[in-house]
Amino acid sequence: MGNYIKLAALGCITLFAAIAANWGRDVSYVVHAVIIMLVAGFMFLRVLRQTDDPVKAVATDGYMDDVIRAGVIATGFWGVVGFLVGVVIAFQLAFPALNFEFLQPYGNFGRLRPLHTSAVIFAFGGNALIMSSFYIVQRTCGARLWGGNLGWFVFWGYNLFIVLAATGYLLGSTQSKEYAEPEWYVDLWLTIVWLAFLAVYMGTIFKRTEKHIYVANWFLLSFIITVAMLHVVNNISIPVSIWGSKSVQLFSGVQDAMTQWWYGHNAVGFFLTAGFLGMMYYFVPKQAGRPVYSYKLSIIHFWALIFLYIWAGPHHLHYTALPDWASTLGMVFSIILWMPSWGGMINGLMTLQGAWDKLRTDPIIRMMVISLAFYGMSTFEGPMMSIRAVNSLSHYTDWTIGHVHSGALGWNGMITFAALYFLTPKLWGRAQMYSMSAINWHFWLATIGIILYAASMWVTGIMEGLMWREVDANGFLVNSFADTVSAKFPMYVVRGLGGVLYLTGALIMAWNMWMTIRGGQKVSAQVGVPAE
Amino acid sequence: MSSQNKKDIDDVTGIDTTGHSWDGIKELNNPLPRWWLWCFYLTIIWGIGYTIAYPAWPMISGATAGVLGYSTRGEVAEDIAQFEEANAEISAQLASADLTTLSDNPELLRYASSAGAAVFRNNCSQCHGSGAAGFTGYPNLLDDDWLWGGDFDNIEYTIRHGIRNEEDWDARYSVMTAYDEIFTDEEVDATVQYVRQISDQDHDATLAAAGEELFLNNCAACHGDNGMGNYDLGAPNLTDAIWLYGGDEASLEETVRYARFGVMPPWGERLSEAEIKAVTAYVHQLGGGE
Repeated sequence: MGNYIKLAALGCITLFAAIAANWGRDVSYVVHAVIIMLVAGFMFLRVLRQTDDPVKAVATDGYMDDVIRAGVIATGFWGVVGFLVGVVIAFQLAFPALNFEFLQPYGNFGRLRPLHTSAVIFAFGGNALIMSSFYIVQRTCGARLWGGNLGWFVFWGYNLFIVLAATGYLLGSTQSKEYAEPEWYVDLWLTIVWLAFLAVYMGTIFKRTEKHIYVANWFLLSFIITVAMLHVVNNISIPVSIWGSKSVQLFSGVQDAMTQWWYGHNAVGFFLTAGFLGMMYYFVPKQAGRPVYSYKLSIIHFWALIFLYIWAGPHHLHYTALPDWASTLGMVFSIILWMPSWGGMINGLMTLQGAWDKLRTDPIIRMMVISLAFYGMSTFEGPMMSIRAVNSLSHYTDWTIGHVHSGALGWNGMITFAALYFLTPKLWGRAQMYSMSAINWHFWLATIGIILYAASMWVTGIMEGLMWREVDANGFLVNSFADTVSAKFPMYVVRGLGGVLYLTGALIMAWNMWMTIRGGQKVSAQVGVPAE
Repeated sequence: MSSQNKKDIDDVTGIDTTGHSWDGIKELNNPLPRWWLWCFYLTIIWGIGYTIAYPAWPMISGATAGVLGYSTRGEVAEDIAQFEEANAEISAQLASADLTTLSDNPELLRYASSAGAAVFRNNCSQCHGSGAAGFTGYPNLLDDDWLWGGDFDNIEYTIRHGIRNEEDWDARYSVMTAYDEIFTDEEVDATVQYVRQISDQDHDATLAAAGEELFLNNCAACHGDNGMGNYDLGAPNLTDAIWLYGGDEASLEETVRYARFGVMPPWGERLSEAEIKAVTAYVHQLGGGE
């Protein structure tokens, strides 16, 4: 019976997508309709072939790890893609001739830039968060993932969202909201997938066999719930036509800007901070083999972080049409947020108490430590940059880009690499990664890459800010905008080189993961039985 | 999970744990780090103070203004007012100055140059380049080759009214004829070769000879019999090595066939009197002023 309902639904979707492809008003909409038609059609045939087959016994015991294995591979894949696009656009900024004429308009900086940010944040970071939250929630709840194949729906649905978003950017459909570029129907699809994610996650927590909920799960749950809220509110829009990708935002002017940065800043706060802190709270104590430093600290900094982050968005709009009172509150909450952010760093680093010697021998621990160090640094830098006086220098300059990347490459990237190195051997039943020295190479390449990136952007950002405001004795501007652009050139090249190093490290990781998954003896340790 | 009444002590640190274990992860019962807690309190206290001092809390209509009376717009206005006050006298002097005698007044000259440079960087550099060296289609202002004249009056007029724009009825205006449908292909070639001859470049002498008559009959009315151009019509001098759109054969052919129509916006509405004078003086002293 279930199969017939599925067939009916998939058949309708395929048909509707075919009609949409026929009537679509713009190229990106048509291409998306064709993609959806093909996916739904393929699913239809697959279900059809299975119908009336004897029902296979669905595994209900042990952990559901297949979907996590898929997530690990997707994370590695999207990471390499995202970093590669990043390197390309870094060099496009240094050498504008790389915006090749024959690639116009698809390959110009304007379209590749959101492809890069979405690929690294949502494809790489998002897959990392989904797969590691599935892993963590099962282990720390002692329960199999709730919802049966719903976990697979989340995985494939999310990756379909990424493909729709990425192709949409290249084909020119965007609602031009930073980190929320996908158009209305892609947003609707993500909403469905995200609610399924929430259901799987909550379901697993409800059926846990552990009495208490582990701290990692607080962070992950807050991440899932808040991102759902942010996504829905910031993407409220009215489609111009149901057969086209263009939509009109519900809010306008400064209200729209405020909603956007409420969303944008909390994408940083809940996606890239709370979610990744959830990962940190599981993988760091596991890899170090040490207890979490302080339960009290984890409670206090969790609630403080969750409460404060949501108010900090207006610091993105200092000295704009935003009323001063909102800008003040954004700044004040950002500064009060400093210590709650650092609570996570302290708890992570101090967890290594009694295991510091592993820094010498275990490159994965080293990645975790550098990740926490960059987390601490960028959560200090962020509040500092939110101060109005500092912001008047740093805003619109490359300093912001440097700040974001020290957080993204340092904190998010490094903790994800560490998680991948932790999970790959465990999930494929190997004793350890294929090559430990390759991890070491990855560590150093990535670290030097980040330093080149962040340092060059600090230099060029501050220089740019100072040049913009430089006035002579009579109060007249000394530099034209083009002067500041040409002055930045050498630093842009250094930034690009930093990106190349970081990408090289990721390629080594991909190779190492591949070799680990393919080869070597299966080790029959662990895997599968819920604890206690 | 260990029993609730027996304490579970961590061997390495000697601190007791909370007694729970998740997938082997335990939690120590360490207190909040004191320095952390105090810093947290301090930022909160600072935050309260700051929101009293500055505009912060939204009320039913409007928001608290803050005891310091600060506003971001006020901050910018104060900055601007400070310089405007300091410059008020000399700026007024410049607005009514006779630019031809500017060099007699070193203080005013210095002020005009720095003000003019700033006006130029903000408004003119987008087309003419931040160093005023121009670009294809945008004249170089560093040399002494002028389209509409390079004395103070002419430069000022060009800045004030612009060129071939639709906003200002007094804009400088002239149109070159597009010869694509008037000349045969051979005639276009001949004209191009003749222009290359008078500009002292490699050319085909036979074609150029045929081009001379075409030039005199069609082009000389604006560019002059000798091709030296005419300020009144904005007709460029074709005998020098300075080209707005290029002196190579392909560029010249395009120019002859399809003509050119460079546009400059009028700045009279946007810039103040003193700013116009200043940027005029600045452009004049770049090297080519007449």
